[in-house]
Amino acid sequence: MDTSGFRTGSLDSLHHPSDVDDDDEMVDIAGATLDFSHTDDDPPLGSGDYEERGGSRAAGMNGNGPNKMVDPLEDPLPGLGTYEDFNTIDWVREKSKDRDRHREITNKSKESTVALLHSVSDAFSGWLLMLLVGLMAGALAGGIDIAAHWLTDLKEGLCLVGFWFNHEHCCWTSNETTFQERDRCPQWQSWAELITGTSEGAFAYIVNYLMYIVWALLFALLAVALVRAFAPYACGSGIPEIKTILSGFIIRGYLGKWTLIIKTITLVLAVSSGLSLGKEGPLVHVACCCANILCHLFTKYRKNEAKRREVLSAAAAVGVSVAFGAPIGGVLFSLEEVSYYFPLKTLWRSFFAALVAAFTLHSINPFGNSRLVLFYVEFHAPWHLVELVPFILLGIFGGLWGALFIRANIAWCRRRKSTRLGHYPVMEVLVVTALTAVLAYPNSYTRMSGAELIAELFNDCSLLDSSQLCGYKPPTNTSKTGVGNSLADRPAGEGLYTALWQLALALVFKMMITVITFGMKVPSGLFIPSMAVGAIAGRLLGVGMEQLAYYNHDSFIFKGWCSPGADCITPGLYAMVGAASCLGGVTRMTVSLVVIMFELTGGLEYIVPLMAATMTSKWVADALGREGIYEAHIRLNGYPFLEPKEEFGHSSLTVDVMRPRRSDPALAVLTQEGMTVGEVEALVESTRYSGFPVVVSQESQRLVGFVLRRDLLISIDNARKRQEGVVSASQVVFTEHAPAQADDGPPPLRLRGIVDLSPFTVTDHTPMDITVDIFRKLGLRQCLVTHNGRLLGIITKKDILKHMAQIANRDPDSILFN
Amino acid sequence: IMSPVLLKLSEKTTTNMICDLFQNSEDIRCKCICPPYRDIEGQIYKQNVSLKDCNCLHVVEPMPVDGKDVEAYCLRCECKYEERSSGTIKVTIIMYLSILGLLLLYMVYLTLLEPILKRRLFGHSQLIQNDDDVGDQQPFANAHNVLSHSHSRPNMLNKVEHAQQRWRRQVQEQRKSVFDRHVVLS
Repeated sequence: MDTSGFRTGSLDSLHHPSDVDDDDEMVDIAGATLDFSHTDDDPPLGSGDYEERGGSRAAGMNGNGPNKMVDPLEDPLPGLGTYEDFNTIDWVREKSKDRDRHREITNKSKESTVALLHSVSDAFSGWLLMLLVGLMAGALAGGIDIAAHWLTDLKEGLCLVGFWFNHEHCCWTSNETTFQERDRCPQWQSWAELITGTSEGAFAYIVNYLMYIVWALLFALLAVALVRAFAPYACGSGIPEIKTILSGFIIRGYLGKWTLIIKTITLVLAVSSGLSLGKEGPLVHVACCCANILCHLFTKYRKNEAKRREVLSAAAAVGVSVAFGAPIGGVLFSLEEVSYYFPLKTLWRSFFAALVAAFTLHSINPFGNSRLVLFYVEFHAPWHLVELVPFILLGIFGGLWGALFIRANIAWCRRRKSTRLGHYPVMEVLVVTALTAVLAYPNSYTRMSGAELIAELFNDCSLLDSSQLCGYKPPTNTSKTGVGNSLADRPAGEGLYTALWQLALALVFKMMITVITFGMKVPSGLFIPSMAVGAIAGRLLGVGMEQLAYYNHDSFIFKGWCSPGADCITPGLYAMVGAASCLGGVTRMTVSLVVIMFELTGGLEYIVPLMAATMTSKWVADALGREGIYEAHIRLNGYPFLEPKEEFGHSSLTVDVMRPRRSDPALAVLTQEGMTVGEVEALVESTRYSGFPVVVSQESQRLVGFVLRRDLLISIDNARKRQEGVVSASQVVFTEHAPAQADDGPPPLRLRGIVDLSPFTVTDHTPMDITVDIFRKLGLRQCLVTHNGRLLGIITKKDILKHMAQIANRDPDSILFN
Repeated sequence: IMSPVLLKLSEKTTTNMICDLFQNSEDIRCKCICPPYRDIEGQIYKQNVSLKDCNCLHVVEPMPVDGKDVEAYCLRCECKYEERSSGTIKVTIIMYLSILGLLLLYMVYLTLLEPILKRRLFGHSQLIQNDDDVGDQQPFANAHNVLSHSHSRPNMLNKVEHAQQRWRRQVQEQRKSVFDRHVVLS
């Protein structure tokens, strides 16, 4: 059919994938009908000359004859084809630009060896970029781990052998460590010892307390000052904004080099200041910054926003992979939580990059024991089916806590946005840090960092442990122990009772302080605090179950499987399940969470309890509130994020949502000839639309194409400066052949090159769910609405989002961006 | 003109220094944790031996039990071989502190010293250089600016100055969006 040649390369290659060697099988158009039959004016293509190939509208400016073929590899006018800040990209245009470029390279590669090498290197540039991203992100993560460990310990004391050693490394070679006090050695001096000379007594305690608070305040002050002075985009977690960026939004500078430097430096400071936050979310941001910076080395990714987002999806996987030492979990996290489109090619490349990063981190060896994460679990104790009941209870707790936390945190953040609380960010950070430090120091479980707390809670107690949490009464008969050093269930001793009430206080404290900490103007993540809350709850329940089993081993619940003297209940496992369920309740992760936890434990034994708890927590949390924490923050900030998973259940038609409505002024259109430069400029300046449809004439309203405001302004500016004779009275011509005109008139301005000749259209009676589906699947920004073949109106992504907000009884004016 | 001997010597010392920096002999250890046994307290033993010697018999010295109890005692001990790189730690921490120090100095310079210097050099009239109201509400405004910044003077200092001004304007914009108007990043 000869109208098929009209369409830009995008739709064509979707229907004929064998033409182009392209495995982007992600877009599936369902139901949209697009019809392009013209009867007069421009003859349909295929009847001779055509002046542009594929989707490149970039060149073909004034003065070019109609027969010039456009080379997609040439540089167009600078600025043409780029996007404004805080705007959405045009996915279809970017993808078709890339396909054209690829086709051009493939065609040229048959001509000479140099061109062949160029095509081979182009194909491998993606893999090289992934390798570099993995290396850089792994190295940065290793540096962050080492520095954060050291700074955290700096609050307590100093190493005399070399000030760069943290507590554990200071006492690494010392032989003065004892079984009971594993971290006491003469090379490490606490501040009380350094200042006053003593390490015992009330005075030393007060000096230590004061120094702890002073250091915490100093770190927090430095962090917020640096963020404010150099890179205000470096605060927060970063994942909501990255989700929006990956769906097509542009935030210039969010993934730049200053943001990278400041985020890395201040993340270490924020984590070390004792605040209840983690570093996993910011690590995703850091990895995406690395990827964005490295994209500038490769033309293929620098110029194309859609390809760049593929790399950013892979970088998000790298971020989680180095945070947890879980490459597969990272890829699934990127697939499930962060990415909007995830083609198969990206899956393989993300996995490669995540592996490279994990390997780099492993060789840096930040913890000195070849582990990538502090809370690696090494036990393989079995569990019994009856224990599924407490696991499901933990899931319910996780779901409840998740829903409540999201509500509380969003309410607090909203207060920060709208009231005077938001005018004093530095003061707010200092007050919260002081509060956290003052309340956290007395309890040893809140004094230690989140990752250390989780590590201790995940630990299964054996004879080799001497911590307070393992303070059981000694076994009555020392020769009758289990396999190796694992112990039968024992009654709780003094140490354990102390640990239990301290843990209960820590639980309450952490639950409340994380609500006001997340979202402050320092880099903050919430994986570790959520996992800590869940781990504490899980451990408490686990110890409770253990004591119950010990004292009631004759009752019917425990009789079959828990005989006295056997090791049946493992509180460490309960802590792990609790951590997973709380994290799942907050973020609503499912598969990725289970895989991350299973990679942390290194075994398949615990998959069933983890899945049971995660599913329960997700269902309970979904029953109480529909969104996870990241979607809630996206909604709070008003980003134009069209949720890909939500169902659109309302039965409205496109004509109800499109603009202009009845009370609005008429649609602002450009005619394909007959307007002067002055008129076009006046129209563009008087409105704030980001694009204008081009019609044949005002009476007929037959559609020619769509032109973007930015391209229009750039072209007119350029023509006024560079081209002779273009004045306000020059005619603007969007057709192929300029109309004949008087000889004394100024030459016309030919702008056919910037018009998108294949805008997507739907009819006014298209149901809204099909329209929303089209927007989601194709990544559209706007869609024209026709009625009986004539242009009726336009519907944009913002209109759809406002409509969805109205249906859900939310404020439609909360959608701020285009 | 260095004699070949001196050259070789300096080469050797450099490689030794690099080797020492990155592979300290103190960086390997074998750590054995032995739980309480009968009436003997729990103990931790550390020695820097290699992987093949990392077991209870080599590391636990002096052995607290004798004769036939040694095997039972050693069965309960757990020995782990660990490696670290103190050179990496040292380099990382020093690099981190220096970058932090540089950033702090630059921040102090930008906020305190630069206005004073500028005032001294250029007088009061040109003090109002930084455009506080560049933050145009309309994001479409800079479509016009895309073509306007191409007339760069070849002077290196002017280029640096220009880049710095542009960067500061960007940071000011970002600060307005994040801290003042609370538009992005709640």
